[in-house]
Amino acid sequence: MNGLLAYISRRLGVTILILLAVSFTVFVIFALLPFDPATLTCGKNCNDPGIIEANRHRLGYDKSFLEQYWVFIVGLFAGRDFGEGAAFIHCAAPSFGYSVQSHACVTDLMFEALPVTLSLAIGSLILWLIVGVGLGIIAAKFRGKIWDTLSTAFVLVGTSLPTFLTGLMLIVFLVIKLDWSPFPAGGYTPPEEDIVAWFLSMFLPWVTLAFAYAAIYTRFVRSQILEISTEDFIRTARAKGLSDGVILGKHTMRAALAPIVTMAGLDFAGLLGGAILTEAVFNLPGMGRLSLGAVVDIDLPVIVGTTILAAAIVVVMNMILDIVYAFIDPRVRV
Amino acid sequence: MSLLSVRDLRVEFATPDGVVKAVGGVSFELNAGETLALVGESGSGKSVSNLAYMGLLPMGKTTISGSVLLQTDEGQVELIGMSNDDLRKIRGKEIAMIFQDPMSALHPYYSIGDQLIEAHQAHNEVAKSVSRARAVELLSLVGVANAEDRLSAYPHQFSGGMRQRVMIAMALMNNPKVLIADEPTTALDVTIQAQILKLLRDLQKQFQMAVILITHDLGVVAGAADRVNVMYGGRLVESAEVNELYENPMMPYTVGLLESIPRMDEAHGKRLRTIPGQPPSLIKLGDGCAFAARCDRKSELPTGKCDTSPELKAVSAGHLVRCHLFESKGKS
Repeated sequence: MNGLLAYISRRLGVTILILLAVSFTVFVIFALLPFDPATLTCGKNCNDPGIIEANRHRLGYDKSFLEQYWVFIVGLFAGRDFGEGAAFIHCAAPSFGYSVQSHACVTDLMFEALPVTLSLAIGSLILWLIVGVGLGIIAAKFRGKIWDTLSTAFVLVGTSLPTFLTGLMLIVFLVIKLDWSPFPAGGYTPPEEDIVAWFLSMFLPWVTLAFAYAAIYTRFVRSQILEISTEDFIRTARAKGLSDGVILGKHTMRAALAPIVTMAGLDFAGLLGGAILTEAVFNLPGMGRLSLGAVVDIDLPVIVGTTILAAAIVVVMNMILDIVYAFIDPRVRV
Repeated sequence: MSLLSVRDLRVEFATPDGVVKAVGGVSFELNAGETLALVGESGSGKSVSNLAYMGLLPMGKTTISGSVLLQTDEGQVELIGMSNDDLRKIRGKEIAMIFQDPMSALHPYYSIGDQLIEAHQAHNEVAKSVSRARAVELLSLVGVANAEDRLSAYPHQFSGGMRQRVMIAMALMNNPKVLIADEPTTALDVTIQAQILKLLRDLQKQFQMAVILITHDLGVVAGAADRVNVMYGGRLVESAEVNELYENPMMPYTVGLLESIPRMDEAHGKRLRTIPGQPPSLIKLGDGCAFAARCDRKSELPTGKCDTSPELKAVSAGHLVRCHLFESKGKS
């Protein structure tokens, strides 16, 4: 177990270094953009140099690039103050900066959006894992039979329909055309406010997203099982006289677990950065909508914040996966 | 009565290129306590014939016919055509198998204790502790030190030779009557090979098992087998008691195989002989002798003789040969 602890702390150290590198890279990219961040804060058709210069000073854009990065990193841990007197604003740690366009701390904007995206990602993850892994097992078990053909059809439809089309079709047929539809056509109700309304508001987005992912997972799980079935250790299991159920449920699925968990973890992490299309179709105020809006308005602090957060989620998920992998595969533990 | 009686076993695979006749009518008997070596090059059908009646070939595109009778405590049973569920009760209990590559043959994610206990639990309704004790007993028997502690170790923590010992222990968990060893030493170092073969011989005596030793290495056969069956193109071409085969090989293929092994008592500097040509395509196998194209004594026979397939005939007591050259001597 000591080996595992050492492994985890080593992995943690590497992760912190990667996060620093990611944040620095994002900072460099946005520093190289041909925009003056101070001018952008003043909105379109704004030519008042007084406001621009005041904002430049207030947001720290008058400092050198490295200084700005340092202030940003310190702000992540200690919070950050903007302006003085009446214009004074404090963004508590972890501060990702201040958005003049939204008149809000970037962190607050992201913390408002994150639960929505989290609801969407967790719900659809559960749904697509059940459907995708289930169908994949069935397709592999009845390879070449009618169930396999049906699942192939499902895979084809699921992978070719874009989510905005599935989403819109669900809204048209299950919300607009149905008089008694329990689902709202869009919008988000927080679960702490009304759990039933939350569930109903999330259900169609879950189905929309899960449909696309389940198709990919069906195909993946099917091919994994068929590939593992030809492994020597499966032949050994059969030669031992184990039942088909034990061979599939224990020996085959255990070997398929690592690749499935890895793929699910990375897909989940990717979704937490925002499912832009699905959030747009169902009018969900999540991370996807936040970044999309920020890009449209060229709201630099929000773009930097959401980019770093999305990258951080993927990096942290990679670390978690590496640790989970050590539990799954005894060979990694050494 | 023999323990295992294989009669006219045929195995065919349907492939996009045509039907592959992997095994074309093989018959042999295996007696209790006997070691039978199956020798031949890759694709000669030596592994496939045994995997077939064990039900270990991929289902669906495989056709198996013939008869394989196994003597069990409950009387004689026919393995060909047996339901998968009934065959499952034979596998690992009456007939156990060990394979060529002990690394890939063990599940990498389960401890060897897990895998050994599981083999016992599959055929015995006993408490886990009983199976565990049996696992420790067998691990010690095959020469794994600190067997009790090693149960929790994973396959990657063992060397190749040790892994094969674990495989052997696993095969013996249920006291099988027949052990099929499919190239058990091919993936191992030469020094380890000898250890494993000796271990197999010792355990065979102790457990009174019959062993089918599948190999392409006649050097392995010499010290280990009682009888040798030489296979070529999916059929038996020669079968004899081991000393008889080494002293008096008849079929030109067997002669070629024997001449291709280096020998201690031979003069230095002499080149080893090789058999020219390629093994026959099992799809285009015609009516003629499968070895004719590579045979160096074909000229001794009348033209056209090799276009018909010779029968397997006894040339002396217990020595069978499938070859036109020896037909006059033989009795069908």
